[in-house]
Order: sequence, then C-alpha cells, then structure tokens
Amino acid sequence: MDSYVTVLQLLDSTIRLSVPLLFACLAGLYSERAGIFDIGLEGKMLAGAFAAGTAAYLTGSAMVGLLAAVLVSVLLGLVHGFASITHRGNQIVSGVAINFIAAGTTVILGQAWFSQGGRTPSLPSSARFGTLQLPGAEALKDVPVIGHLYSELISGHSVLVYLAFLMVPFTWWVLQRTRFGLRLRAVGENPAAVDTAGISVTWLRYRAVICCGILCGLAGSYLAQAQGAGFVKDMTAGKGYIALAALIFAKWRPVNAMFACLLFGFLDALAIRMQGHPLPLIGEVPVQFMQALPYMLTVILLAGFIGKAIPPKAGGVPYVKER
Amino acid sequence: MSQPFAKLPAWADYGLIPLVNLAVAFLVAGLVVLLVGENPLQAAALMIKGAFGSGEGIGYTLYYATNFIFTGLCVAVAFHCGLFNIGGEGQAYLGGLGVSLVCLSLGNVLPWWLTFPLAILGAALAGALWALIPAWLQARRGSHIVITTIMFNFIAASLMVYLLVGALKPATSQAPETAGFGLGGQLPQLGWLLQLFGLQVRSAPLNVSFLLALASAFLVWVLIWRTKLGYEIRTMGFSPRAADYAGISQTKIIVITMMISGALAGMMALNPIMGAQHRMQLDFVSGAGFVGIAVALMGRSHPVGIVLAAILFGMLYQGGAEIAFDMPNISRDMIVIIQGLVILFAGALEHMFRPAIQRLFGRIAGSDLRAAPIATGESH
Repeated sequence: MDSYVTVLQLLDSTIRLSVPLLFACLAGLYSERAGIFDIGLEGKMLAGAFAAGTAAYLTGSAMVGLLAAVLVSVLLGLVHGFASITHRGNQIVSGVAINFIAAGTTVILGQAWFSQGGRTPSLPSSARFGTLQLPGAEALKDVPVIGHLYSELISGHSVLVYLAFLMVPFTWWVLQRTRFGLRLRAVGENPAAVDTAGISVTWLRYRAVICCGILCGLAGSYLAQAQGAGFVKDMTAGKGYIALAALIFAKWRPVNAMFACLLFGFLDALAIRMQGHPLPLIGEVPVQFMQALPYMLTVILLAGFIGKAIPPKAGGVPYVKER
Repeated sequence: MSQPFAKLPAWADYGLIPLVNLAVAFLVAGLVVLLVGENPLQAAALMIKGAFGSGEGIGYTLYYATNFIFTGLCVAVAFHCGLFNIGGEGQAYLGGLGVSLVCLSLGNVLPWWLTFPLAILGAALAGALWALIPAWLQARRGSHIVITTIMFNFIAASLMVYLLVGALKPATSQAPETAGFGLGGQLPQLGWLLQLFGLQVRSAPLNVSFLLALASAFLVWVLIWRTKLGYEIRTMGFSPRAADYAGISQTKIIVITMMISGALAGMMALNPIMGAQHRMQLDFVSGAGFVGIAVALMGRSHPVGIVLAAILFGMLYQGGAEIAFDMPNISRDMIVIIQGLVILFAGALEHMFRPAIQRLFGRIAGSDLRAAPIATGESH
C-alpha cells in the first residue's frame, strides 16, 4: 500500500509537470503542421507567464490573467508570422529572436514595475486557478485502489490541467476531421497545391501561428497562475525546448504528443523524487543525468534509432507564390 | 514588380543595410527604455560613456568583444555552409573543459607561453568534438542540426554541472568551480597596450586571447575566401546540389565545417577562464554563444563585420553594466532584448527594408543611366 501511494504521488506530479509541456507541444504542433517551424515556444510561454502574473496581480482576476497571457503570446506569434510568412525570413532565426526578446523584456519590465528582482508579486488565491474537486472524489476516497486513484490522481487538479488533456482529442479532431485541419496539414506538406485550390497560404499559416500563440499563452498562464503563484524570472527554464523535443518525439501527432509530454514529465518527476535515493544495483543516478535524459532521447530519436521522425515536408520553407 | 530593382553596391549591402537594421533595433529598444520610465537618449549616452569613457571601460568592452568574436566566427563559418549552429553555447562550455584540463595539469609546470598553445588545442578539440555528433547526424542521418545542437546545449549544461559539483571541484571547496590555475595557466594582461595610449585599465581583464581572436578572424577570412576548402564550404552553402554535382562530399564538408565552427566556439573559453578568472566557474559562458548569432548576422558573416559587431556588443555589455548604477531599472538584461531585436531585424526581417532600399537605388540609378542593366527580383 505504501509503495502504491508513492507511485500515485509520482504520477500526480508527472501530470502537473507535463501540462505546460503539453500546451506548448500542441502549440508547436499547429504551427509546424502548417509548415512554420517554431523555436520560439519558450519565449512565448515566458512572455505569457509574465503577462499572466502581472495582469492577475493588478486586477485580482484569474481570467484576466489568462487572457493577458494569451494576448501577449499571440502578439509574439504574429511577430513570428510577420517575419516568416509575410517577409519570408528564416523561421529559426525569428524564433531565436523571440526567445531573447521575451527573456529580456520580462525581467526588465518586471524589475521596473515591481522591483522584486524580476518577479511579479505573489498572487492571492483568487487570482490563481485553484484545484478542482471532481464529483464524488471525497466520497470515493476510502474505496481501496480505485478510490485512491480517482481522488488523488484524477481529481484535484487545476482547471487548466483538464483543459490541457482535453486539447489532445480536440486537436486530433481539428486536424483530422475538419476542413480547416485538412487545409492546415496540406499547407505544411504542399502549399502550392493549397494555393492552386484557391486558398490563401498566408492566411492559413497566420491562423496556425495564432493557434500556436493561444496555446503557448495557456502554458504560460498555467506556470504563473496554477503551478506557481506569480511570475519568476526565467520560469520556463527550457520547457519550450523540451516541448519541441516532445513534438519531434511524437512525430507531430497529437495523441503521441500527450504520451511524449507525459514521458518527459515523468522523467522530471522521477529526477526530483530520486534526489538522494540510490537505486538498487546502479547506485545513485546523478540528477543531471535525469535532467539531460529527455534531450538525449530526442537526439537518439532524431538519429533514427527509434523509428524515424519525418517532419512536415514544407516545414521551414517560406512559400513563394508563382507568378 | 514594375519598380526597377538595382543590384546594391557593396557598401550599401554590407554597410547601409546592417546600419538600418541596427537603427530600427535600437529604436524599438528605446521604446522599452521609455516603458520603464527612463530617457533612452540619456541611457545611450551613459552606455557609450561607460563603454568608451575610460581606459577601464575600453578594456572591459574589448574583453567582452573577445568572447563575441569567437562565437560570432563560430556561427558565421557554419552559415557559409548553410548550417545554423545554435550550439555555440554548449561547444564553448565544453571548450572550458579542454582549457581547464590542460591548465590544471600543466599550469604549475610549464610557463604560460607553452601552456597557451596546448590550451588552445584543448579548447578547440573539446568544442570541435561536441559539434561532431550533431554534424555527423546531420550529414548521415538527416537529423536537423538546429534541433540537435539545441539538445546538445542542454546536455552540455547538465554534464558540466555534474563535473563542476563533482570530479572537478576540489574537495575543500563549496563553490561549483575548479581549483585555481597555477601561474602557467594564466594569460598575460594586455593593459600595457592601452597604456601606450595613456589609458588606465585598472582591473579590466583584457588579455592575450583578444589577439588570438583577431588572428582567428583573419584565419577564417583566409579559410573561407582563399582556400579550396573554403570554396567548397561556400559552394555547399549556396547550393548543396551544385556541390554534390561538383563531386564535393557532403558528409565531409558538413563534418569539417561544424568541427571548425565548434573549435572556434570552444576557443572562446580561453578568454574568461585562462585570461580572467584563472579557474572554471559554473555557467561561465553566460549566453556568449547566443550573442554570437546576433554578431554573425550583424556582421553579415564576414570576419571584419564580425569584429565590428563583436565590439558593438562588447560595448553593450560593458555599457549596460554601467547604466545599472545610474538607472536601476535598466540592467544587463536590456542587452538580451537588444540582442533579440538585432537578430529579428538583421536576421529574420532582413528582407523587410531591402526591397525599399533597392528601389531607392534603382530610382537613382535609373534616372541617370537608363540603359544600365537592371536586375529584377531579389538579389542576394
């Protein structure tokens, strides 16, 4: 029973840690499926978290914080779109630029406005997304095994956690079952064909970039308003890049993306858990090894040793209309 | 499309366009300064004064510039081959390992002028090896080099933390850093050079590796424009298919280019480690690898441009630190914004102003020489 509880706790923190990855990963999925590579997930998430922390503190409303996060993140997404769609600039260079702009601006503005070393003041619980008790969680708590599972693992998360996991089937449905999704995928594989059909490549790609911005904003809002209570300097700490790695790991598919994010979240949770606990046979695994594991796995995958990750065909290539 | 486009003269292509891009980047940065309630012009004046107003300021400016020359060259060499090496940060970090191993083992035995070449070799080798795997994966398995080099940055960071809190840390010490190097592991300062001009450098850690950086810039120029290998690298960057058709081995060129690129990044470690701190500290690279991207884009991947852009960013670093005394709302993070804006305007949005400038030149050229051959579309 004791080890069962430990496992449940581990899985519980896995879910919490994988949510920002999942939002960002799905964000990248919309963008990259439409042929726009996005290294700037990290920056958009960070700027979103800052906007969420600031707006939620100033207004005291959790919803306003979330909307601010989405707004700022979408704006940065539009900058990326302006550079890479309208001006056909290098998408990777543009993404890198956005990451730096977000990293610098959040600290400078945070310091100037709140003078707390780049963080925003901690949020009261009304300005955060509190945990949600699912119906019956309390009643089922004492039922062995399943009750525990339900009340500990499935119930008791913030609303954004459920939203993140609902976004997975939703994204699948959008991509696979709607006209917009079909066109989105087509524009990432063969934009010329989409253009020939009389559909605007530019507008489609802009919409993909906006979807990406919305989801990155949600990731930022989760970091500042659910997982934490306010914005902290550099609070994304490379999560945007892990999300990118998860996206490749998932071969640009929504359901796979969920599993990849859960895996990387699990590794993170395990690394925290295992600190100072030696494993049988192996001895103590250095925490740095666990931290580097998602990146190493991605490199191995990219090398084609665990199946082959084939990106959308037109990814990274600006579309030039024929004249 | 009816507007005439002129092929830009070299001074406009390499001088005017970067300056326009830089001006716009600073304009937007000025808005951020306004937003935090300070005067942008005053900030700029303070920054320039902090960077060039004293011998010490100049010493620090050139010290930082040394880092950026190396990382800028690193990115530029890869650019010439059509590769985007975003892993300068990790390669420089590993370069520090090479320097430290040489200096820790030989620093007490050999004089500096014997340790230095070995340390250069160690730094370059470590950086090159860290670039080798992404290069090989790109060349043979088609894995995207941008993603793999990003991943290698993180792996490098984890590895170095592991080493600096473990094997490399002296048992008596608490801080995550190596033991101090012996005299043979310390590079001579270059203060005397500035003193010739009557400047007092005081504590500015400008050292011999600045000269090495300038020499590297020259050697990169020789390599890219005066050797067969450089020609092959540029051919590959211009058109991989043409290179293939010309019998140039893709694998060979990608691997060699990336190893040169990684070696240049690795050599950056000499400056802070051997030249200033005389030990390796945690996170000593502190973003210089990424500044290299902005420097290479600013300098249009040409060594001369890179040295100038590196001095500009050295000025921003040093001046940015000075501003913080008078304007507490502006810290060094301002540089990160400017760096991002420069990458945005000089890199991703490089096509934004070009057509307008080309049109302008076209009109000037068109009004007095109607018969002059006019190129249409984008000239690159």
